[in-house]
Amino acid sequence: MSIKVRYFASLKELIGQATDDCEFVSGMTVQDVWQKLLPEKSMPANILAAINMEYVSLDTLVKDADELAFFPPVTGG
Amino acid sequence: MIKICTSAFEPYKEIEAYQIQQKKSLAGKQGAANVFVGTMRDFNEGEEVKGMTLEHYPGMTEKQLQHVLAEAAEQWPLLDSLVIHRVGDVFPDDVLVLVAVWSAHRGAAFDACRFIMEALKSKVPFWKKEILKDGECRWVDKNTDGYVG
Repeated sequence: MSIKVRYFASLKELIGQATDDCEFVSGMTVQDVWQKLLPEKSMPANILAAINMEYVSLDTLVKDADELAFFPPVTGG
Repeated sequence: MIKICTSAFEPYKEIEAYQIQQKKSLAGKQGAANVFVGTMRDFNEGEEVKGMTLEHYPGMTEKQLQHVLAEAAEQWPLLDSLVIHRVGDVFPDDVLVLVAVWSAHRGAAFDACRFIMEALKSKVPFWKKEILKDGECRWVDKNTDGYVG
């Protein structure tokens, strides 16, 4: 029962790792996962999140075995 | 079609090859093709930039690009579209992105091409890290709004 967490770009450097695992607890939101894994780091105001590669808001509930990604605003093109 | 390239690509050759490949679906129907090619500059935000690394989120990149193309196809009567985006290490004058669309009339081709490019810049998970002249690296923190800047 866990969630795979991924970090990208400047956020990956800030946190110092690209992936993590979070024990799944029923009723957890995206924001709860951040607070559980990174209690000492405040969440950047412009952070974006995706579950299973689709954008979600920070109050979205996560499910067991989800892939949750955190990343900064995109800058492609 | 969507393609993520880890090495340099030649946009006009890609278009030519794609048009040949799609000949059956385009022949007789296409009245307009619109093409956008984005290239790396050697300056940004007042600094000389000597290189850049483009990171992306494999899987989500393709998924979000599909959404963008589907949204464009809902809004305009497109015959076909092609998006190629570079990732990895790039240098000034390297092509970063190609967007090409085909339709019966120019209005749809112009507007859809612009829409796809702007949506790509705001929704598709690519990130640029610049290497400046002095060797210092910095992440590009946001894209400018193409309709404003």
